[in-house]
Amino acid sequence: MTEALVEMKNISHSFGRVSVLNDVSLAINPGSYTVLLGPSGSGKTTLLSILGGFLIPRKGSVLIRGVNCTMLAPARRPTTTVFQDYALFPHMSVGNNVGFGLRMKGVVKSERDRLAQEALVIVGLPEAFRKKPHQLSGGQRQRVALARALVVKPAVLLLDEPLGALDLKLRRQMQDELKTIQKQVGTAFVHVTHDQEEAMALADHCVVMNQGRIEDEGTPERVYAKPATRFTAAFMGESTLIPGEVTSVTGNAILVNTAFGAFPIVAEAAEGTQVTLAIRPEHMRLIRDSRSVTFGSALVTAVIFQGSFKRVLAESTSRVGFFFIARIPAEHDVAVGDTVTPCCHIEDLIMLAK
Amino acid sequence: MRVFMRFLSAGYALAIYGFIFLPVVVLVVFSLQSTAFPIPPFTGPSFRWYEAVLNDPRLTSALFNSLAVALISSLVAVALGFVSAWGFARFMLPGSGLMRGLITLPLTVSYLIIGMGLLVIFNMIGLPKNLLAAGIGHVVINLPLCFAIIYSQMGDHQINIERAARDLGATEWNVLWLVTLPIMWPAIFASLFLSMTFSWDEFVISFLLTRFDTTLPVEIWNLLRSGLNPKTNAVGSLVFAVSVVAAIILELILLRRRPA
Repeated sequence: MTEALVEMKNISHSFGRVSVLNDVSLAINPGSYTVLLGPSGSGKTTLLSILGGFLIPRKGSVLIRGVNCTMLAPARRPTTTVFQDYALFPHMSVGNNVGFGLRMKGVVKSERDRLAQEALVIVGLPEAFRKKPHQLSGGQRQRVALARALVVKPAVLLLDEPLGALDLKLRRQMQDELKTIQKQVGTAFVHVTHDQEEAMALADHCVVMNQGRIEDEGTPERVYAKPATRFTAAFMGESTLIPGEVTSVTGNAILVNTAFGAFPIVAEAAEGTQVTLAIRPEHMRLIRDSRSVTFGSALVTAVIFQGSFKRVLAESTSRVGFFFIARIPAEHDVAVGDTVTPCCHIEDLIMLAK
Repeated sequence: MRVFMRFLSAGYALAIYGFIFLPVVVLVVFSLQSTAFPIPPFTGPSFRWYEAVLNDPRLTSALFNSLAVALISSLVAVALGFVSAWGFARFMLPGSGLMRGLITLPLTVSYLIIGMGLLVIFNMIGLPKNLLAAGIGHVVINLPLCFAIIYSQMGDHQINIERAARDLGATEWNVLWLVTLPIMWPAIFASLFLSMTFSWDEFVISFLLTRFDTTLPVEIWNLLRSGLNPKTNAVGSLVFAVSVVAAIILELILLRRRPA
């Protein structure tokens, strides 16, 4: 593994008496796309502000390229930020907006105009140079803000909910472009969002935050398929959650006893621990095959057609009030009132310790 | 009936505008009188009273005094108002709400009270009655106005714009000079012109705080003590003309920024 570009070590911060970050450590690799994901109040924006230099943390340190930047003002650290409201300079042309950072560095006019135009080409706005920000649409302003932050060649580019103000269609489109631009310029991006679909689409490294702590981090595939905590599992999408207890440990396998039977799982946990087994809706099946483990029988209470798939809710017949959530192919024939056998492959059972 | 209503509303409008502008019209018309009394019948038009005004060294020096006091005191008031608005809008200050209230409080206090208060203080510290004292008085009455106008325009959305500038390497001076001031200039200009017009025809404070060199409104008052003559009309018309020009410039600035 290469040396980390950014290291945030043991960061704690509070606003007044409200603690917003609690001993958070995070490493960011060169050229990576890191997404900080979490609900509002999880501390993700605070962490970004600390990285950008807009806040000085109560405790902990920020190292960028090995240099301690904890106390360094935003102007003096190799980061730039794309703000949620774009924060373009309304009285300057788009070209001067993009060239502003170069101007502050003392780059001569002709050179900075050339570089600004280059940056505008990268973000797909080659004709906007002479326009004023108010003549552009929201998506275009977003691109200008991106070009303005990129043109000074920062070590890390910070994006604070950059797609929050755009409508859904534009958001998905900008999302694809952000990823393409990031790969093209090779700068490390750190992106804050509360939208887990956005996070999964963009991230190389997905950091799930909750109540001032990092709940889980890793590739989005791993975080989605094998979440480390119950919070992560719930935040990354709905699941069926079955509570249970570890009854025996043999080597690297454990046996989890639940209301629907005992399931052997490859995981580490001490005997007697309370755990939760999670099953993603797309892994939940309603017809058993030879590799399945089953959870008794259930009565279908709702079938919601969602285009490419159907979302099925089924209530357990042995435990009233317990619902299984399944996502099945649209052509699959299931109706409300059917009795089904919820089941899944044993390897799709996710054990959540917390 | 509808015709009657229209007639009535037109008459009402005429009465209102007449009420507001008739004194000014009378003033301007009789400033063009060619005889010695500003009373009907109208004998002009003639510019002899304007000539008399411009040849009267007391009036012309008062006119320049007024311009100087208006310009300098307004610049000071705008500068102080801008700095305090910037401070309140950008920094967490203890008792911010109370202090903001205090800074705008002089808007509600009568000029007479402010003038007397200043007179007492200047007496205590030994500052003589002169144009400087009057200028300070005008800063006191115009600063709250400038502060209120500029502060109201210094919205939260600009905080991120300033942060963006800092993030891109701008020093505080660059942020102020290249970002905040250009964005704020309509509010700054509006408050400058408004306080200039207020200072320009302010009487009470100038009257209390000046002695030998004085401002135009005070000089006009001196002139009026010896009775009406078309010269007072002429100088009054000049004062009015300057105010009109300032008001037009102000309107143009405010109208220009609306489309943006």
